[in-house]
Amino acid sequence: MANQFEMQITKILDEQGRDQQKLLSILLDIQKASGKNYISEEAAEIVSREMGIPLVKLYDILTFYAMLETKPRGRFLIEVCNNAPCYVSKSDRIAQFLRQELGINFGQTTADGLFTLQYMPCVGACDIGPVIKIGDRVYGNLTEEKIRKILSDLTNNLEG
Amino acid sequence: MHIDPNKMVTVKIDGIPVTVPSGTTIMEAAKKIGIKIPSLCHHPDLTVRAFCRVCVVEDTWSRRLKTACNNIVDECGDIFTNTEGIRRARRTILELLLANHPQDCLHCERNRKCELQTLAEEFGIRKNAFDPVYRPVPKDLSNPAMVRDMSKCIRCGRCVDACQAVQGVNAIGYAGRSTGFKITTAFEKPLSESPCVYCGQCIAACPVGALYEKDDTQKVWDALSNKDLHVVVQTAPAVRVAIGEEFGMEKGAIATGKMVAALRRLGFDKVFDTNFSADLTIVEEGNELFSRLKSGKNLPMITSCSPGWVNYVEKNYPDLLDHVSSCKSPQQMFGAVAKTYYADKMEIPREKMFVVSIMPCVAKKYEAQRPEMNSSGYQDVDVVLTTRELAKMIRLAGIQFGALPEEEFDSPLGLASGAGAIFGTSGGVMEAAVRTVYEIVTGKEPQSLDFNELRGHEGIKEASLDLDGTTVKVAVANGLSNAKILMDKVRAGEADYQFIEIMCCPGGCVGGGGQPFRTTAAIRSNRMTGLYKVDKDSKIRQSHKNPEILALYDEFLGEPNGHLAHELLHTHYTDRSH
Repeated sequence: MANQFEMQITKILDEQGRDQQKLLSILLDIQKASGKNYISEEAAEIVSREMGIPLVKLYDILTFYAMLETKPRGRFLIEVCNNAPCYVSKSDRIAQFLRQELGINFGQTTADGLFTLQYMPCVGACDIGPVIKIGDRVYGNLTEEKIRKILSDLTNNLEG
Repeated sequence: MHIDPNKMVTVKIDGIPVTVPSGTTIMEAAKKIGIKIPSLCHHPDLTVRAFCRVCVVEDTWSRRLKTACNNIVDECGDIFTNTEGIRRARRTILELLLANHPQDCLHCERNRKCELQTLAEEFGIRKNAFDPVYRPVPKDLSNPAMVRDMSKCIRCGRCVDACQAVQGVNAIGYAGRSTGFKITTAFEKPLSESPCVYCGQCIAACPVGALYEKDDTQKVWDALSNKDLHVVVQTAPAVRVAIGEEFGMEKGAIATGKMVAALRRLGFDKVFDTNFSADLTIVEEGNELFSRLKSGKNLPMITSCSPGWVNYVEKNYPDLLDHVSSCKSPQQMFGAVAKTYYADKMEIPREKMFVVSIMPCVAKKYEAQRPEMNSSGYQDVDVVLTTRELAKMIRLAGIQFGALPEEEFDSPLGLASGAGAIFGTSGGVMEAAVRTVYEIVTGKEPQSLDFNELRGHEGIKEASLDLDGTTVKVAVANGLSNAKILMDKVRAGEADYQFIEIMCCPGGCVGGGGQPFRTTAAIRSNRMTGLYKVDKDSKIRQSHKNPEILALYDEFLGEPNGHLAHELLHTHYTDRSH
């Protein structure tokens, strides 16, 4: 398993070309491939070795950017916009509903390891607020019904 | 803005005109006219970071405060460094730093030597202006050499610059941002699981009590008051030109005699000299080099006396360990000889021997505790103290250092050549070795014993030495960033040197991590000058002519690189890259 992940990282590095300018996009790809939305120490060590970046400098980058995480998160990262325009369209209610539905607080991961709740800054989709983002996809004009559907779709697709 | 350092710029600071080259910082320009702008993150030998903000000044071109450490005079109108507004701003910055600081100065390692405490005192801060937000963090006690107490860290970044830019070790760095911004190892590991080599340059850079060597002074007090023990002490070359600074003597002043007197008054049974075992190292290493030159194997040979360097090569160049001389460092040679030859000669049971080292070094504490360093059947060196720790003991004992008479080292491990003395400076081990190897190779004495091409501060020095027809190409590196450059060349097969000297710390041991605080390049230079003077004034200037060394071989060791010498004076290295 560990080996398979190492091969995956090597593949990402090969594709992106070990160019230090592409470091962030490399790290995001690795994070995505991890299945737990994070960069493990082992993954960081591979990147450090392959790209010639001292591990401690890589750790600086991993802890600086909000989009990168060094501790395991859920398979699906649910990010709720908490900026003013979404707040005006009642994002706090969406946040409350998500907490209730998943049984976790913000910053936590569900026991099955599927969902992590986080806040995020504005993604520029204020016209369809309140919005959440899961992976690369932004969902807008949210209602409780829509959220239930999104969550069950994600869970069902997983089983299928 | 275009900066032409040949162009001169005139500005007024506090009404005083000063003319400086274009590109000069406000702080440097102010210094020229006798104004010291306070700062915590600024250090003359490190890169400018402008993290701490204490150095703010005003000028007539800007409506905002400017940091004096990173703003240049070219971009300033008239500058003011001492207005009521400036004093208040600096004071508030200090108060904010203090709100996030434990303020247990009385219990702090850096009490009376802390730059934050000094500034708080200068600014007359007598109470907390803000509610404390400080939260304690557990200390990192993972290794035998040094302590990291991040509760005290003020995030000035000096240690990070020392570890990354100066040493290239990359053990510690920054993490997080905003209020979560901190200095840590990768993935918050203890230092013992990081690339740290315990050079202690971070300690030397730290303005507060966040980083310090493990205090082993009590172990020495205990040994000194134990009547069953025979307690001997050895002092490294670089200590004698730095210890005086702790007692108000000039930077780099030679304080050998007073240091010996102080040690004797502290109660050591014998006061010996690591310079003696530096001579021993040269005889062993010179012969080792000679046989490697003859066989052509494992060249270039690389010196092994700097324990920070040994840690570094074990962690980073495990494939090149065969190049490292098998000679132990002078400290460890001394321990092995003291607990065998000396103990037997004086009819002292080996288990009753207690060997203390005074070193300019933090990594020596780790070296002494390596499991392989027990050739006598016991740990060869029991306790290692830094120069700073010795100063603490002298102060505690009430010894007035300046008033001490000059005394001589004891015999038989106290006589040393000038070659032994220069071990403490970059290029010195090489020069000492060449003085001896020249004679081994040619059978003749060199025309001059001064090899000036090996002296000085440059990060890497190269020379081709003519040993009466045989050319030996040598290189000297000080500071691990420079060592890395040479080692990468050796690894790539691009280095045609036969002999390389590597010192872990900038300037060699004179700039060691255990030397008095606030060491700068200029102070290292003074200490270097001091050591070359010790050498110049020595009656004997070649290690193999030291009569006590000759007696040691004659009475005990037999031949250099012989069987017993190998058992006691040589070591092996371990791949620690994982």
